[in-house]
Amino acid sequence: MAAGGEGEDADRARRFGDAALPHLDDVYTLARYLLRSAADADDAVQECYLRAFRHFDGWRGQATGTSLVRPWLMAILRNVCRDEFARRSAAAGDVADLAENAVPLWQEPGVSPETAILRQREAEAVAALLAALPEPFREVIVLRDINDLSYREVAEAVGAPIGTVMSRLGRARGLLREAWLTSENEPQCEERSR
Amino acid sequence: MTCEETRLLLNALIDGELDAGHASEVEAHVATCPGCAALLRDYRVMRQALSAPALRHQAPAALRARIEGALPSRRAIVPKAAPSRRSLLQGLAMGSVLSGALAAGLVMFVTRRQEDQGILGDVVSAHLRSLQGDRLIDVQSSDQHTVKPWFNGRLDIAPPVVDLTAQGFTLIGGRLDYIDAKPVAAIVYKRRAHVINLFVAQTTAQVAGPQPAAAIEQVRGFNIWRWTRADLAFWAVSDINATELQEFGEKLEAAVRGGG
Repeated sequence: MAAGGEGEDADRARRFGDAALPHLDDVYTLARYLLRSAADADDAVQECYLRAFRHFDGWRGQATGTSLVRPWLMAILRNVCRDEFARRSAAAGDVADLAENAVPLWQEPGVSPETAILRQREAEAVAALLAALPEPFREVIVLRDINDLSYREVAEAVGAPIGTVMSRLGRARGLLREAWLTSENEPQCEERSR
Repeated sequence: MTCEETRLLLNALIDGELDAGHASEVEAHVATCPGCAALLRDYRVMRQALSAPALRHQAPAALRARIEGALPSRRAIVPKAAPSRRSLLQGLAMGSVLSGALAAGLVMFVTRRQEDQGILGDVVSAHLRSLQGDRLIDVQSSDQHTVKPWFNGRLDIAPPVVDLTAQGFTLIGGRLDYIDAKPVAAIVYKRRAHVINLFVAQTTAQVAGPQPAAAIEQVRGFNIWRWTRADLAFWAVSDINATELQEFGEKLEAAVRGGG
């Protein structure tokens, strides 16, 4: 009986590993953008995988397709971040206010079409702009644009309806674009120091 | 369509989540509205910048090892889960009390299934190999009329090469690869930053009868779309999600059938 149990465990671990380990970089990427410190991200991702393994059987039962492993892992990672890194989630309250008070996304500032075309930026500069976005907006851009989840998968990962994901993503891109335009008009550090 | 409606749908358009009807409405509006056109261009610049590999993080090897180490031993079960074909055949030949016919049927089933799994494993390995180093493409071209003749004389088959750029899958070239130790055509497409390898090979002669419908399978975290038509077998493999790969398969199937 005990030997059979071990074999079962190993088999379960193998199936879990085959399903979940290919997504480790994606999960880690999200953790880095949510937590910012590499050490925190390491811990959160490890906890995420251990939790996922514990719930793997229950999850497999209800899953409709194997392609949903990734959003499922992302959802667990978000919970880990909430539970274990409470000071980060404190920021979520601010964001709810901000989301309500924010201007509608189609209300663009008075930028003329000719000047509105963004310049290509280095990845480092893009990462800095992204890091400055409030968490739910940053998160939805990381899931969609960097980890390349579909709307349905993003909805699954953040536990919100697709409509909410779409409007959040619209607002997130609006904010990112504004920050991008603003940063283009700021003098570069080197120039300032001269 | 108003600017307000357009701006809400621009996101879905650049994300490839808009149905054809709405997409053409948005595009029609953008063509006549400089403001929305500028916004669309900006969003595309942003989207492209965000797809830079430098923005992705790679999990440290130590973290991967820690996670793998925390799972119950993944080795113990391997010999049991994947018995070699030879040992099964020996078992049947030496000690089986099954009738000859039943045994033969079982052997065929077992070997067919294992060959199948072996080939899918090969397909994933070939895909992974192609992403390492600079072996992805031997003939680089987005022109199907350049890629298709390149295979002449290199293979016994003439793989259909179709351009699916208009459908969102950009043809980037082709190369010769090996699956199951046989040379096959690899036709390479891109979907955003993702590579899709389409392998085309001659089907093994003994596979007769009705051909199975196209299907998606998952092996080692990769999606594989497989299809058989006449004497050609197709496998498309990629890390894009199953829905998108299915879409790729359907477009390809339609184009190949359309081409005769």
